[in-house]
Order: sequence, then structure tokens, then C-alpha cells
Amino acid sequence: MESTQVKTPQRESVWRRLVSNNNFGVSIALIILLVAMAAFAPNFTTLNNIFNVLLQIAQVGTIAVGMTYVILTAGIDLSVGSIVAFDGLAMAMMMKTGVPVVLAILAGLVIGGAIGGLNGFLVAKLNLQPFVATLGTMTMFRGLAYTISGGQPVYTLPAAFDYLGGSIGVIPIPAILMVIVFIIGAYTLKYTKFGRHIYAIGGNAEASKLSGIKVKRNTAMVYIISGLCCAIAAVILTARLDSAVPTAADGIELDVIAAVAIGGTDMQGGKGAIFGTIIGALIMGVIANGLNLLDVAQGPQRFVKGVIIILAVVLQVIRNRK
Amino acid sequence: MIDTDTILEMTHINISFSGVHILKDADLVLKRGQVNILLGENGAGKSTLMKVLTGAYHKDSGEIRINGEPVTINNAADAEKNGISMIYQEFNLIPNLSVAENIFLGKELVGFGGKVDFEGMNREAQKILDRLHVAISPKTKVGKLGVAQQQMVEIAKALSVDAKIVIMDEPTSALTDEEIENLFAIVNEMKTHGVSIIYISHRLEEFKYVGDYVTTMRDGSTVGLTPIAEASHDRLVQLMVGREIKNQFPHVEQELGSELLRVSHLSNAHVHDVSLTVHAGEIVGIAGLMGAGRTEIARAIYGIDPIDEGEIFVAGKKVKVASPADAIAHHVGFVTENRRDEGLIMTLDINQNITLPALRAIQKNRLALSMQKERQVGAKFMHDLDIKAVNGRQKAGTLSGGNQQKVVIAKWLEAQPQILMMDEPTRGIDVGAKYEIYTIMNELKKHGVGILMISSELPEVIGMSDRILTMREGQLTGELDRGEATQEKIMTLATSEVE
Ligand SMILES: Nc1ncnc2c1ncn2[C@@H]1O[C@H](COP(=O)(O)OP(=O)(O)OP(=O)(O)O)[C@@H](O)[C@H]1O
Ligand SMILES: [Mg+2]
Repeated sequence: MESTQVKTPQRESVWRRLVSNNNFGVSIALIILLVAMAAFAPNFTTLNNIFNVLLQIAQVGTIAVGMTYVILTAGIDLSVGSIVAFDGLAMAMMMKTGVPVVLAILAGLVIGGAIGGLNGFLVAKLNLQPFVATLGTMTMFRGLAYTISGGQPVYTLPAAFDYLGGSIGVIPIPAILMVIVFIIGAYTLKYTKFGRHIYAIGGNAEASKLSGIKVKRNTAMVYIISGLCCAIAAVILTARLDSAVPTAADGIELDVIAAVAIGGTDMQGGKGAIFGTIIGALIMGVIANGLNLLDVAQGPQRFVKGVIIILAVVLQVIRNRK
Repeated sequence: MIDTDTILEMTHINISFSGVHILKDADLVLKRGQVNILLGENGAGKSTLMKVLTGAYHKDSGEIRINGEPVTINNAADAEKNGISMIYQEFNLIPNLSVAENIFLGKELVGFGGKVDFEGMNREAQKILDRLHVAISPKTKVGKLGVAQQQMVEIAKALSVDAKIVIMDEPTSALTDEEIENLFAIVNEMKTHGVSIIYISHRLEEFKYVGDYVTTMRDGSTVGLTPIAEASHDRLVQLMVGREIKNQFPHVEQELGSELLRVSHLSNAHVHDVSLTVHAGEIVGIAGLMGAGRTEIARAIYGIDPIDEGEIFVAGKKVKVASPADAIAHHVGFVTENRRDEGLIMTLDINQNITLPALRAIQKNRLALSMQKERQVGAKFMHDLDIKAVNGRQKAGTLSGGNQQKVVIAKWLEAQPQILMMDEPTRGIDVGAKYEIYTIMNELKKHGVGILMISSELPEVIGMSDRILTMREGQLTGELDRGEATQEKIMTLATSEVE
């Protein structure tokens, strides 16, 4: 009797699967937040405002996809803000000197990927700790951003480029770009061999290597992906502002890491998903947007953000206990 | 005379994990100064019951009495207060700390001004290690040790506290006879000091040397209490699996095929001048004492440890193996002895672990994996190897030790290597499941796979190998054909001097 029960894999009930889903807690939190904001924040539920939230999180959300990959391998990428600033300036300056828009964007992607490649080289090949390695490149490329721009903004860019910061009807193009990155990022992580290798490496790098996974190459790859996401974020930001500045996206790494953490991705690697990161980014965006509508000042807003981050991590610890 | 009153009583212990009832009214009685052997199939709930006793798990209901008094044990500190200490099946050691630091973890010796007394700790650790007759320096980092040595450190750690109840969860599964004898000597010495021991093992033949009586568990409940005098091998198997197992080692004779693996004059930091061959349809066993370099041969062949000198030929062709990926590309597989650190990704589920080395096989198209194929592969092996779990989505980290081992084996069966190296393949696996694994090894032989098997269990080496190599201090010391191999001959060769 007992042994037959063991052999046939049972199907879990839908409810149990839902509750034991890693994103259940944060999803509920987001829903509660949405209901609360809809009830108290004036104009929160207007279509315009909802797209506004998406526009506001477009940058953080896009970068957070790459960051999720990095954190899943138990790494971290502090250089994201500097890559955005440097890459934005590089693209803007190219366009200023007459490089066609499409070419400049392609070059921007290559630059973002290349800086990510440098991070990957430092971490995977030279075995530097990700925190320190990317702290280094973060400082380097912020410095280079100031250097190539002479500390001055670069503005009035071609209309074809600025178009990417606009909208189609009510839908902001940055939000569309972000959603595309989300979809590709989530699909790759969940359904491809590469994605599986990322989870394996984060769970146990040694066992992954012994299973024939090329740990170094895959680890380097996640930093390249992070760099590419930064390049897309640089396009979004530069196009929206119609200018590139060396101070752009300063400190954005903290918001990005917060989104990933709230989304339930384990900082020690191996556990997490893009879906959680999306929810995490939305929670951050909704809070900022709602509190703005409620006229709450920047100080208390930051405080609330911090509380949310801690709550999210506490939730995770409780989940992991059983 | 030894006092035989009851020191510990666990009654009607129940526990569930995410809705699955694991322990069902389990009972356990321990007499003072005696050894209670806890026996049961993989996943029966032995380790779980013991973790309830040490406070690692919290029971849903039931009672624990020590010396007749009900006690509450919620954490490790409570356990220690009640004089309970445990040797964990999956070790609880910290790899980047030294042996001595691990032994004294949480109870570091402190000198003047709160400074940790490392010298004192090393000295004390050395004493315990000497008692166990193990040649490990207390200063070595635990991460550098092999599984058997880590096991000895785990044992030393449990012995370093003055416990009244000691739980040993499969302490001998990775040890060779010599270390086992030392351990048993200590167990018997502890008994004379009134220490009571709960001893979990799947090695039935050793019970008569240490046990006083046997408690059998099946599917989360206690089903029998047998005095050791009545605990014959067959009786225990019957109690545990509910059926008989006639032939423990179902070896099959078979024509050897062509040469699949040839290692010639291989040397590196750990092994010296090793030459060996494995043919299609052949099981070559390697025997030797702890630290003889058996695992290191496999690691060198598999591209983990660099090779200084020597050559490797696969199917007659000279190959260069610089990494496990290279080895796999040459159809070489490796079931590692250390499932926690090297064999499994504990954060992935059963299905994902099994398909990991051969994801290509479950590719739906060039881009995506087929989740359906993955489930099918998982379900197939869960059935074939009788892996006990809620379903294929259960995380490897929450499986019982023996079931984890089955997942490691399943993973390499799914990868379909031509040459399969197996390091302690049946470590922690119950007698019933062992038989299944031997049958599968025979099946592999039939399909022309060559197997290089490393094992500390001499009966297993003798029972399953077609040819046996012996090793000592990094060198091969002899070769025995199946017909001529006996435990004595192997031990003589494994301890003989090399010229
Ligand atoms: N944290 C957990 N979550 C879910 N299931 C668990 C957890 N811990 C144990 N189990 C399940 O409880 C059952 C009993 O496991 P346990 O480790 O006690 O077995 P065991 O008798 O020690 O087996 P073995 O001989 O293989 O070591 C297993 O089926 C296992 O999957
Ligand atoms: Mg166990």
C-alpha cells in the first residue's frame, strides 16, 4: 500500500502549488499595495498614471533582469549605474558627430556588453569577488563618463532617437522595451539550457562543474547580459531626457538590487526568478508613485522603501525555515 | 554490571513537511549503556526522527522523555543541555575552518582576555583524533579532506562533548574496515562509561559487533524491536523491506568487449605511476584504505585534478582531458562519493538534477528544453530506482540521504556514458535498493559500458567486480581476478609495501 503511493508521482493541488510558489507572498503584497493606493491615492487608477508607473520603472526594471541573472550565480553587479551613464554619453556623442541612430544604438549595445565582459573576466577568470570587481569598474566607468564628456551634458539628439523615449498612443515605448526584456529574460532563464546552468552554478558551482557545465564561461556570460540590459536602459534614459549626463543613473544599483531582493531572489544564488523581479520592480514603482500622489516627501518615501526591502527579506527567511 | 534502565523514550512522534506526513506515531526506546540500532529503508524516517530528538526539526505531536521526565527540545542548545549529541549523515562541517575549529565550533576554548586559544584547541583535537587512530592534522582545512576523513572529523566532533546519548547517523557508510574497527572499539568503550547510543546504518553485517537490539522503521513508523541475538540478516531484511533478498550480489559472467579505457603511467600530486584498463562489459573494482588515492585516480581521469605525467586513452584513442566537460565529451561519467558538495545541486529538484549533465536529451527544439520530457525522465528514474519523494519537483536538499544517492546515480545513467566511474556508489543505500543498483550495473555491462568502481565495502568489491585492483599510498599494489579474490588477499595487497 505504502510503496505504490511512493512510486506514482502525485499531482499537488492547485492551491498548494500556488501557496508554495516562491512569488506568492510578494504577489499578495503587490495586490494589497495596489488596492490601498487605489483607495487612498488620488488619480492612482487612471490609465495615464498606470502607464506612468511603468515608465518610471522602465530603467530599474530593465537593469534588474540582468541583475537577477548575476545574483542567481551568487554574484553582484555594482557597476550598472556607471555603465548606463558611460554608455548613454558614448551613444549621444556618436550621434552628435553624425553616426546614424541605428548604428549608435548597436555600438551602445556592444559597449554595454563589452563592459559586462570585463566584469565577467575579472570575476570568472581572475576569480575576483564580484562585489570588489564591480566596485572597481563602477568607479572606473563613472570616471570615464566624466572624462569623455568633460563633465558637461550632451543634448539635443536626433528626433529618431528621442522617439524611443516617447510613446505609441498612451503606451510609453520604454515600458514596451522593458516588457520585451522581461519576456526574453524570463524565457531564457526558465526554458533554456543556459538558464538551467545559471541556477545550477548558483546552487553549487563545484557540482555544476563536475556535471560538465562550463562554469567560468557561463558566469562571465551573466555579466555580459547585465551589461546589455544596462545598454538598453541607457537608450531609454537618454532618449527620454533627450540628453546624456555623466551623473546619470547614479546610485541606481541600489534600487535595482532592492527590486531583485524584494522579488525573492536569494542573494546567495541558485534561487529566484524574473517573475519575482518584475513584481519587485512594480512594488517599488507603485510605492514611489503612490506616495508622490499622496504628496509624501522624499525623506519618508525612502524610509518606507527601506522598510519594504527588510520586510521582503524577512518573508524569505521565514519561508526558507520550513 | 551495566545498568539497563530506560534513559530515553520517544512516543507517538508525528511530523509533516509541506503537508506530507513523514513520521507517523514513531516510537523509540533507548536503554542506558546500550546501543540501539535504527534500521529502515531509504526515506523510512530514521534521520528525521533523530533530528526531532536534536531539535533540528520540530515535531507536530508526541512526547520525548529522558530518565522518565518529559523534556522539550527546540534547538541544539536544548539537546546539548539534555546530554544529546549527533553525528549527522550529511555532515555539518564548515569547509574553510580547520579540523580543530570545526570540532570546537560553538564551544571554542577561550584564553586570557577572550582570545581564542587555538593551540589548546589543536592539542585537544589531536587527542580525540588519536583516540580514533586517524592521521589528520587538526590544522588542516576541512574542505581539503575526503569524505571518509570528514566523517572521522564529524565523529570526533560528537565525541568532544560529554554526551550521555550519542546518535550516529550512518557513520560507517564511507569508512573502510580498519576505521570501522576503531570506531567500534570506541563505541564499546563509551558503553562501559554508561553512554547510550542510537546507531543508524545500512551495513547489516556490522550490527552484531556494536548492537544490543535493533529498532526497525518502515514508512515513518516503528515496526519492530529485535534483540541482537535474534537479528539474523534475513530476519532484518524481511522486517525492513517486507520481502526476501536471496542473492546479495547478482554478478553476471560475460565476455569482455574491446578496451574502453587505458590509463598509462599516470602521476600527479596524489597518485604515482598508475596504469590500468577497463573493457566494455567489465566492472573493475579498486580497493584500498582511506586516503590510498582511489578517488584521486578517478579525479585525474575525469579532468578535475591536473595530470603531471602519463596518458589516457579512450576507446584506443589518446585523449586530453582538461576538465569534466572534456571527460563527458569523451563519454566518461563520474558518480562522486560526496553527494552534497559534488554530486547534487540541492536547490534544484529531482528532475532538474537528473537531467543536468545531458540537457541536450530533453531539448524540445534548438532553443528550449521540454518540461514534459524532463518530467518523463524524472518519473522513469524515480520508478526504476524507487526514489522516495513527494514528486519529481521535490528539492534534492530535502531528500533522505539514500534517496539523494539514488538521484546522483540516476543522473549518470541518464547521461549514458561509455565509461562510468563510481565512487562509493551505494553509500547510504539500503539493502533492497543496493540490489537494484547492482542489477542496473549488470544492465550497463550488457550494453557494453565499462565500469570503474571504487568502494570501501569489500563484500561489494568482491561481489560485483570482474577484476580488482588494490591501492596503497597513491600506487597500485596488485591485481586480482574475480575467482581468486578474498578479503584477506585484498587486505594484504592494500597494506603491502610498494617497491
Ligand atoms: N525538510 C523536508 N521537506 C520535505 N520532505 C522531507 C524533509 N526532510 C525529510 N523529508 C522526507 O522525509 C522522508 C524521510 O527522510 P529521512 O531522511 O528521515 O529518511 P532516512 O530513514 O534517514 O533515510 P536514509 O536511509 O536514506 O538516510 C523522506 O521521504 C524525505 O523526502
Ligand atoms: Mg538518513
